[in-house]
Amino acid sequence: MIKRSVFTNRKLPYLLILPQILVTVTFFYWPAAQGLFQSLMISDPFGLHNTFVWFDNFIALFKDPLYLKSVVITLTFSACTAFVSISMGLFIATMANRALRFKAFIRTMLIWPYAVAPAISGILWLFLLHPSYGVVALALKRWFGFEWNPVLVGHDAMIMVILASAWKQVSYNFVFFMAGMQAIPHSLIEAASMDGASPFRRFWAITLPLLSPTLFFVTVMNIIYAFFETFGVIHTVTQGGPGGATNILVYKVYQDGFIGLNLGSSAAQSIVLMSLIILITVLQFKYVERKVQYTG
Amino acid sequence: MVEKTPILDAFTYIFLMVGIIIVGSPIIYAIIAATLPIEDVSRVPMPLIPGDQFWVNMRAAWDKGDLGTQLFNSFIMASGITIGKITVSMLGAFSIVYFDYRFRTLAFVTVFCTLMLPVEVRILPTYEMAANLFGPLQSIWDLLHLNSVMSWFANHEVDVSLNFSLLDSYGGLIFPLVASATCTFLFRQFFLTVPEELCEAAKMDGASAMTFFRKILLPISKTNMAALVVIEFVYGWNQYLWPLLITTNPKMTTAVIGLQNLIPQADDLPFWNVAMAGALIVMAPPILVVLLMQRWFVKGLVDPEK
Amino acid sequence: MKKRSWLGFLAIASILIFTASQVMAAPITINWWHAMRSARGKVCDHMIKKFNESQSDYVVVGTNKGNYDETVNAGVAAIRAKKHPHLLQSFEVGTQTMMLSGAIYPVYELMKDNGFNVNWKDYMQPVLSYYVNSDGNLMSMPFNSSTPVMYYNVDLFKKAGIAELSKTEPVSWDKLGEITAKLVKSGVPAGMVTAWQSWTQIENYSAIHNLPFATKSNGYEGLDCELAINNPKVVNHITRLKKWMGDKRFLYGGQKYQGPKAEFIAQNAAVYIDSISGIAKLKKAVKDFKWDVAPLPVETWMKAPQNSIIGGASNWVLKGHKKADYKGVAAFLNFLATPEMQEYWHKQTGYFPITISAYESLKKKGYYKEQPYQEVGIKQMTRREPTKISRGLRLGYFIQIRNIINEELELVWNDTKTPQQGLDNAVKRSNVKLREFERIYKKK
Repeated sequence: MIKRSVFTNRKLPYLLILPQILVTVTFFYWPAAQGLFQSLMISDPFGLHNTFVWFDNFIALFKDPLYLKSVVITLTFSACTAFVSISMGLFIATMANRALRFKAFIRTMLIWPYAVAPAISGILWLFLLHPSYGVVALALKRWFGFEWNPVLVGHDAMIMVILASAWKQVSYNFVFFMAGMQAIPHSLIEAASMDGASPFRRFWAITLPLLSPTLFFVTVMNIIYAFFETFGVIHTVTQGGPGGATNILVYKVYQDGFIGLNLGSSAAQSIVLMSLIILITVLQFKYVERKVQYTG
Repeated sequence: MVEKTPILDAFTYIFLMVGIIIVGSPIIYAIIAATLPIEDVSRVPMPLIPGDQFWVNMRAAWDKGDLGTQLFNSFIMASGITIGKITVSMLGAFSIVYFDYRFRTLAFVTVFCTLMLPVEVRILPTYEMAANLFGPLQSIWDLLHLNSVMSWFANHEVDVSLNFSLLDSYGGLIFPLVASATCTFLFRQFFLTVPEELCEAAKMDGASAMTFFRKILLPISKTNMAALVVIEFVYGWNQYLWPLLITTNPKMTTAVIGLQNLIPQADDLPFWNVAMAGALIVMAPPILVVLLMQRWFVKGLVDPEK
Repeated sequence: MKKRSWLGFLAIASILIFTASQVMAAPITINWWHAMRSARGKVCDHMIKKFNESQSDYVVVGTNKGNYDETVNAGVAAIRAKKHPHLLQSFEVGTQTMMLSGAIYPVYELMKDNGFNVNWKDYMQPVLSYYVNSDGNLMSMPFNSSTPVMYYNVDLFKKAGIAELSKTEPVSWDKLGEITAKLVKSGVPAGMVTAWQSWTQIENYSAIHNLPFATKSNGYEGLDCELAINNPKVVNHITRLKKWMGDKRFLYGGQKYQGPKAEFIAQNAAVYIDSISGIAKLKKAVKDFKWDVAPLPVETWMKAPQNSIIGGASNWVLKGHKKADYKGVAAFLNFLATPEMQEYWHKQTGYFPITISAYESLKKKGYYKEQPYQEVGIKQMTRREPTKISRGLRLGYFIQIRNIINEELELVWNDTKTPQQGLDNAVKRSNVKLREFERIYKKK
């Protein structure tokens, strides 16, 4: 850290950081350690019979086809949700950036989904897409002849939860992309246009590369969102069904732990989930960030 | 744009309109549904002309879903988390940035590690922690076989049970969620951009650390704090998994969870109009907070990322 | 000074004695956590009120903790924190977990210890048998019990020239095959749909035909049991259903009940197998055709079909409270089992009355003449004394096992596996779960 001007109290800094440390240790580290410990045991739900089994829970997970299916589902779901919400956000931000008037109004109209809980987003989209009475569902069936049934068909259910999850993230991404675009020096754009570049060319050659830090940041945040915060969507809309088609990893942790009462397996799943997200984040930082261009 | 592109401009506005409509359609649809009587809302397809049952449905949603109690709980929870997080993190960030002490880096790393790992990853053990806050003490007690020690002293069987439960309580809703480091990280980034001269000047004037904090840091952090109020209030209000686990008493449920009770299950009559009215009520507070504090919110989201 | 202090002492003493007597005379609170919401919750509230009004020693407080999973979870957490209620409702699939928990007070002991001489023979044996231990003693008190039956669309039957089915004599599966063929030929999109396929097509099929679902008497006699559903007869049944899928005599509508029910109501299928709880739902939802109820089909080679098994939930008594409390718990359970309360419960919710006397009393009052649907399930369930393998299932991780069976059946339905492969794999995967469960409770 750069040498900064500091105060010289001896005890005060400890006191100041004590609340944060206390809460973090009590509600993060101790449970995390307990979780680790729990994942190495098999137990009954009441905590009366505990047997230490080393890594058996983890081995069982990787042998379980249902678990591997859940990993695939989670990766697919996150990738699709992130892709949809990022591209939509970028597209709308580009449009909004070009608009000379009504900027405040546009922003107001686009920002409010951020405040909607994923669970409520799920309910709203369920209402639109329900096979029996959803207006969009009926349009699909009557005008396009699609057999749309998210209650029975796994793919349809997946589409529904992707839409519900991506929709509200569009605002979040929009805000970031707008700010990122406004930070691009206008002189660059002018210079490019004087060289004869069309608006499309300018977008691909200048705007997008200069947006890459934002794009990178937004991608990381969207993936984390899709992995965890979408629990509300799944729980309200599909409960992991039909037939486990939307059983993302975080939902499975809940299902196996709280409904199936298999504490050891659930704890092991939490550990794997945590490792997975750390891995994805680290990979992103290592490989993708290299391609990111920061303005000199 | 630097050149005149009227066609592209027109398309821009058209796309924007379409974008706004797509983004807004779920809630427009919900508003329309909330104004219809039950016969119209269950008609297939639902008519798109608003009815006049808005307040009737609102009333029904309020009563049937016990929304009054739940909105109150949500409010306490969201406010508690907001105040808790901002307070704890500001003090923590102040400590990390403006003091140089032996365990500073350790403290920073300890706090920073929690950034990427939300509560959903550690639900079960965090739940057990909240179910018995003295759990760790109990474990240590058992590990040291202190029951036997005590029994020896007292000359008869002693079984000490250390229990303090946060289940079904406001504390349980709030405290475990204050443990995330997002605010601390944001404040830290912000404090690092504050000019050193301010601190030097304060020290030369003989001001104590806390005076500096109160009289200088706090006022210039107002924008950041405002942004964080928005972010954390929305975060706290919209929490789903954690309140689901920690409360089973229907009187302690939060609004987002309680809304499930209004959703028509497969065999109930499809009171979607009431359900949508309820959803609108529950969505309103965080949306209002975001809309009213838009400018600070956008600033707060965007600046720390740089 | 002395006089005043004596007066003061007297005053305090009398206040203390007064409050102490109030405390001693105060009724004991009994806590009951259940999963009954909305309409059924109101019925429970009514029964609780009636109990509280009928005596002054105990006050029962009922709390709805959510759905079945949430209620059990709340119970488990409370037991660990030593803040548990006296009574906890748990669904039937959780029976093994509750029984091995070490936290329960078996009902037969509770009633005996508190002076209630219960005539267990008066209880419907198939309802009791799900919750008894291997010696036949009752561990938890059945509360809401249902059983599957077969619903059929009378109008569509008539159109296809099929007579109404008997309410007491089950048709054979072969006959059902003919019936569904006729229905499809007459223009109905599909013949039969079924809800809860594991419960109706494998668990109940095995019970009715006295086939073992698992070894060790379906798990009652030991944790070292294994699944037995890949036996030739069950494989044959699934093979037949798969064959029927080919010509639309059987349509797979989904794992739970919403899909099949929707198909039946939309008249896309004319036969619908589901729990008796469907009676109330169909009464509300079906407006445009006449429907009726029949017992589940039975194979021709089964001359004396056994009983069907129950689904639902029971009330468990939890240890760790004062002795005086348990007298109240026993009194409450006894009250719930009186014919008056059983009749009320059955009429309001459709769940079975648990005593034979309640059933007989309703019969005498002509209830079943007005509501013949209800009796089909009862008759099917009580037609014979349960055998060791038709009294129910006692398996650990049963929720996961049902999920496995559902998964494998779906792979059979969509042509990924043959019935034998699907059932073999279901057995293999379920046995892994059973061994895990066994390992937890193994004495070292």
